[in-house]
Amino acid sequence: MSEHRIELTVNGRRHAATVEARTSLGEFLREELGYTGTHLACEHGVCGACTVMLEGLAVRSCLMLAVQADGGEVTTVEGLAEADGSLHPVQQALRDNYGLQCGFCTPGVAITLAALTTSGAKPEVEDLEAAMSGHICRCTGYQGIRRAIRQLTGTAQPVGEHA
Amino acid sequence: MNANVPFRRMVGKRAPRKEDARLLTGRGQYTDDVRMPGMLHCVFVRSPVARGRIVSFNLDAARDLPGVHAIYTHDDLGQVPIQLMTFFFTPIAAPISLLANGRVACVGDPVALVIAESRAIAEDAAALVELEIDEETPVVTIADAARGALVHPGTESNCSQEMGAAEIPEAVQAMLDKAAHRVTKTVRHQRIAQSPMEARACVASFDGAEELTIHISCQSPHFVARYVSTVLGVPQESIRVVAKDVGGAFGLKNMPWREEMAVIVAAKLFRRPLKWIEDRFESLTASSHAREQEITLTAGFDAEGRLLAAHGDCSINNGAWPMGEDCNIAVHMFMWPAYKLPAYSFHTRGWYTNTMGLGGYRGPWALESLIRETLLDDAARQIGLDPIELRRRNLVRCEDQPMTTGMDITVTDITPYECLEKLLSEVDVAAFRKEQAAARKQGRYLGLGVTTYVEPTAVAGIMTPLTGETAQVRIEATGKVTAMLSTHSQGHGMATTMAQVIADRLGVAYDDVTVFDSDSAIGSYSPSAAGSRQGVIAGGASWRAAELLADKVKRIAAHLYNASVETITIEDGMIHIAGAPEMSRPLREVAEIAHGEPFRLPEGMETGLEAQYRYQPPPMTFTSAAHACVVEVDAETGFVAIKRWVSSEDCGTIINPGIVEGQIAGGLAQAIGQVLLEEMPYDDRGNPLAATFKDYLMPAYTDIPDFEYLHANTPSQTIGGMRGVGEGGAIIGPPTLVNAIADALAPFGPLDVALPLSPPRVLEHIERAEAATRMEEAV
Repeated sequence: MSEHRIELTVNGRRHAATVEARTSLGEFLREELGYTGTHLACEHGVCGACTVMLEGLAVRSCLMLAVQADGGEVTTVEGLAEADGSLHPVQQALRDNYGLQCGFCTPGVAITLAALTTSGAKPEVEDLEAAMSGHICRCTGYQGIRRAIRQLTGTAQPVGEHA
Repeated sequence: MNANVPFRRMVGKRAPRKEDARLLTGRGQYTDDVRMPGMLHCVFVRSPVARGRIVSFNLDAARDLPGVHAIYTHDDLGQVPIQLMTFFFTPIAAPISLLANGRVACVGDPVALVIAESRAIAEDAAALVELEIDEETPVVTIADAARGALVHPGTESNCSQEMGAAEIPEAVQAMLDKAAHRVTKTVRHQRIAQSPMEARACVASFDGAEELTIHISCQSPHFVARYVSTVLGVPQESIRVVAKDVGGAFGLKNMPWREEMAVIVAAKLFRRPLKWIEDRFESLTASSHAREQEITLTAGFDAEGRLLAAHGDCSINNGAWPMGEDCNIAVHMFMWPAYKLPAYSFHTRGWYTNTMGLGGYRGPWALESLIRETLLDDAARQIGLDPIELRRRNLVRCEDQPMTTGMDITVTDITPYECLEKLLSEVDVAAFRKEQAAARKQGRYLGLGVTTYVEPTAVAGIMTPLTGETAQVRIEATGKVTAMLSTHSQGHGMATTMAQVIADRLGVAYDDVTVFDSDSAIGSYSPSAAGSRQGVIAGGASWRAAELLADKVKRIAAHLYNASVETITIEDGMIHIAGAPEMSRPLREVAEIAHGEPFRLPEGMETGLEAQYRYQPPPMTFTSAAHACVVEVDAETGFVAIKRWVSSEDCGTIINPGIVEGQIAGGLAQAIGQVLLEEMPYDDRGNPLAATFKDYLMPAYTDIPDFEYLHANTPSQTIGGMRGVGEGGAIIGPPTLVNAIADALAPFGPLDVALPLSPPRVLEHIERAEAATRMEEAV
């Protein structure tokens, strides 16, 4: 098994490590660096729970190898909130709208929505909904996630829907 | 008690969830996040064939792999005597062992356990295990089971459970014979993989000879402790079970099963902490499955459409190693309590096959609502009545109660009729029928499904594991409130709802209440999340414990401030004395005295500020609902689009509407998955055919519509008046959607209900009808 020396930045902190070529980025973040907020739920790229940001783009950390992130800048769910603890607007919208229950898929959902809404981006509700097709949630029936997306895009909630 | 607490600030409010702060920021602690010094990793070697005799193992190459510590087979784990039990603490009837003992009975049967430095090395080693099995022809379907070889040689029959009789009793038959209308319906329900997003997971550590710590993804740490103690027969060991965060459970994680018990036994033998994290392939193919059942129901109606009698015949494919041999008697028990049905008889059987065993899943008896509500729609068409009118003529109404129906179940406060009327105030059926007729002229097929049901929730005191719940509430010396509960959340938000209850009944701020619910070392025994009980029973326990504590605060305050108890109220963490606003004091002042200056307390009073209450509710608390769903079926593609879904449910007192609606929505999403998407099929050789989320179709964002909710709030007879709401969506959802699809496709004749109603099945239905029409035209 070939081993590789890599350096990367995670949530603004620099890390250096030696990894096997076969180690996925998700496993590396969890097992080597302790960022256990990244959840591996299917490990074949369908469910989206393991999504992290690499250079600002949402990627499946189960389908990407740690060596491929060498030199890169990674943001995990632990890196979304402000240093003072105030939640990222995506996290706040999910909280305001009961967008999570068990929370296992939530880090991936939050990262995907954050990747599309940060840096002043003004996505349409359809853009965020299209991105949600890459996530599976077993608990919520996506109701709160949909309301959170409307909140983030300033779209009206349907009549009879509660905040 | 405490009638003079006049305010309810939090119960009924959409309080933000306390759990979210950690779960949204990646600070949850799921079992795979647990690390222990010296911990090693486990992977199972599983049978690739459905049935056969194990001829030989060759473990040499696997054992030689660097980083592999041990490989255990049945010869090793079998040294520790165990007796696997059902959820009801009765012995499993099948000749089950933790690892296969000489024979394999399904694909995925665990045959060996690898212990290694890392999960990757353990997986490498598992792939190097050479396993020779003398393969035999498997028994895969219920029909196979009835005529094929014995799944477990030495047992008497593949039919392991049977109740009732195939022959309809004379009294029921006589009523069916004289019925003006007789309707028969068959439903085939596919096999489901429960698929929580966090698969099963376990870390076991024997700490010295007499202590065992288990971190496990489960529904109740208390149940797991009791189960492990019973299975291992080791009352002398102190077992502590911790499950801080659990990534969904849905009945699958009601109880530890072979794999978790194998890891625990292996940890005992190997004397190192061991971790097992199930991967998705295992979760889909080797976690206990659910549902696979078929049922035929015949019902007789008089000329006006009133129910006279019915007979149901149900069979369950339990697989090889069910978590309990089961013939799902609950399907028959709960088929009719919402309806006035004079006579019901049944036959029900559970079968072994060479497939993965069945376990629990949200609304395990849900087949009753699916068969009954779809049959009622068929009956309405046959009789020529509106399906809603048919229900109105048969539903139990408030004024009919108390009423004892079908299977000797007495209902006293169910409201399915009232839920239906409330639903119909929101759903304009006449307008829909016009729209439907206009659409059909354009070749578009719209359908409306309307259903009603009742559900027994919070069952307690009539079945071994289903008990009451304990709440311990204390006011710390800081004036802040801590509660420890026997219940346990897997996304249910108990830290939120129970804090709402306690805040109100105690008179403190919601933010000042912290709830712990994830450790067998706190609280007391309960099955926690099982049978839609948490809000009802833990809610009642928290309600009363907080009131008891408020009483104590008042007695102390009366003594300290020279007032009578009746004049004292607690609001927002302040103690007030009627007529003396200047005497108001922070709760903290009393808390400091109760903890630190016991000599100032009333004579003989226990120091500290805490109260405990174990709540034993009525044996069953019924929840009622009516749902409506509108679909459009594309006759070209067979694709079903859900246009609208309205839920009208009565779960009594609502603690937090956001959480109640979340439970309904989650159940409905699973219902939609069952009706349209999900299936765990087996081929003739007993191979499971859905091994990834590309093959096992989970409901996705675009599959689920916005749900609308109407809440009725008929208080139950429990403390607080709550009714359970955890499973209802998964019970009433399937018939609602099936009825809507059947209504849309009515021009093509009666719909054969074999789930899932995937596009190919829908197209087959349409094409068969069109072919029949062409034949008729040709003649």
